Amino acid sequence: MKRPGRNQRQSQHHWREQLRRLLSPRTFLQRHAQVALDSLGRLYRNRVSSLMTAAVIAIALAMPAGLYLLLGNLERLSGTWDGQASMSVFLKNSVPASMAEELAKRVREWPEVHSVQLVTPEEALQEFSQHSGFAGVLDALDENPLPALLVVMPASEFTDPAAASALRDRFSSLPETELAQLDLQWVQRLAAILEIARRGILITGCLLALAVLLMIGNTIRLEIQNRREEILVTKLIGATNGFVRRPFLYCGVWYGVFGAVIAWLLVETGFWLLSDPVANLAGLYQSDFRLETLPFQLLWMLVLGGICLGLLGSWLAVGRHLDAIEPT
Amino acid sequence: MIRFTNISKRYPGGYEALSNISFHMEKGAMAFLTGHSGAGKSTLLKLVALIERATRGQLFLDGQNVSRISKRRIPYIRRKIGFIFQEHHLLFDRTVFDNVALPLIIAGYRHQDIGRRVRAALDKLGLLSKERLYPVTLSGGEQQRVGIARAVVNKPMLLLADEPTGNLDPDLSREIMALFALFNDVGVSILIASHDIPLIEELDYPVLSLEHGRLASTVPDSE
Repeated sequence: MKRPGRNQRQSQHHWREQLRRLLSPRTFLQRHAQVALDSLGRLYRNRVSSLMTAAVIAIALAMPAGLYLLLGNLERLSGTWDGQASMSVFLKNSVPASMAEELAKRVREWPEVHSVQLVTPEEALQEFSQHSGFAGVLDALDENPLPALLVVMPASEFTDPAAASALRDRFSSLPETELAQLDLQWVQRLAAILEIARRGILITGCLLALAVLLMIGNTIRLEIQNRREEILVTKLIGATNGFVRRPFLYCGVWYGVFGAVIAWLLVETGFWLLSDPVANLAGLYQSDFRLETLPFQLLWMLVLGGICLGLLGSWLAVGRHLDAIEPT
Repeated sequence: MIRFTNISKRYPGGYEALSNISFHMEKGAMAFLTGHSGAGKSTLLKLVALIERATRGQLFLDGQNVSRISKRRIPYIRRKIGFIFQEHHLLFDRTVFDNVALPLIIAGYRHQDIGRRVRAALDKLGLLSKERLYPVTLSGGEQQRVGIARAVVNKPMLLLADEPTGNLDPDLSREIMALFALFNDVGVSILIASHDIPLIEELDYPVLSLEHGRLASTVPDSE
């Protein structure tokens, strides 16, 4: 080499030129859009197998998403009852109606009590025969077996579990009382059960996310093997690892996106199928409870999750397999 | 352009493919690399292409010592080199245009520049009418010309050709060599590995001859 100095400078100039070209934002975006579209086109050309892969991913995403939404609905349901946990005070059968009314009036004056509703044995019988379908059986009885009932709503500052139990104890100590029952108990139990369900869904969700990761990783691994020749040639003519990696990463992202969209459709369809029976059941409990899915929030969450899993899965596959393919 | 100083290449297992090779190919020169099979032609080209690394010695490309260059920087060196293979390594799921455009896409050229440069290269090689065809529909000579178009589209400083005429008949081979001479005239350095001795002797270019991994004769202007 006669003039290494000049060549060095030329080489540096070449480098700078290349860097400028690489960093130009328009070229950068253009290139990424190009690669994204290329990967999309490749998926479209093998649309049957791509769709099947996306469907498997969708099912794995839809399962935890659907269960989680269902759980949210149940929590909403228990939440609406939390604030108005009422107390049922059953009076002894020996207590006559006049005394029951007297008691109700007295209890209304308690500071802990917001309101009291007296259900007389007659009213209770009527309601029971209307709803239970045992009317005939009850007619056969000589006397009304149902006790009088005070439905007590605690005042708002006495709804927390401790105050509510204290109030229950106060009712229990009344001589007229047979049994004082706090309806809060089942709400607390439901909350405990829901907490277990939440943990269960979290575990299932993690396992299924792992399954999606492996699924995408494996699909990308096969894709890398299929395109081995192309990778060799592009590396030989100066492709950086980043350039070679990019289409596979986009491929993983697309799988995630399509899986998420299909999962969204699955969840929405599932909830739509459930909505009528649930409304029906709620009606039987005199509730206007409806299933809610928050469709757009769900879609964004799923797509975001899908993209993350797709990117991570393909990144792992690419990292493991791409470096091994070097021209020889 | 290419300078070997005391380069040896020993493969794992102890086989020494090249021993103590030194030569210097000037910028803008064109030379042939010959030798019987197993003499080390392919190994020498692989060293220049940075596919293999030398066990001993120093390798300079365009004045830059690339003997110990990091793996990360290899792609940028390769972009200055055009490769032509015997089996041309075209991608059969892409059109002629897309095959030739590949080095430009890798180097990050703008869309408009790519079209212009690819068409210029195809035009030079008489393939402009075939840009939309897939490589399988082309003859062997045409495929090789597509390979050459891909190698020169990036205007590399150096062309490396490994048995570029190995699968072609004498007339086509002569045509390909004439193309190389044309590129050499505009300043591209070219190193061609070939065992087609009669063809090489027809042409008046320096010859590097390898025998059992040693240089038997060198280019006249070597130092």
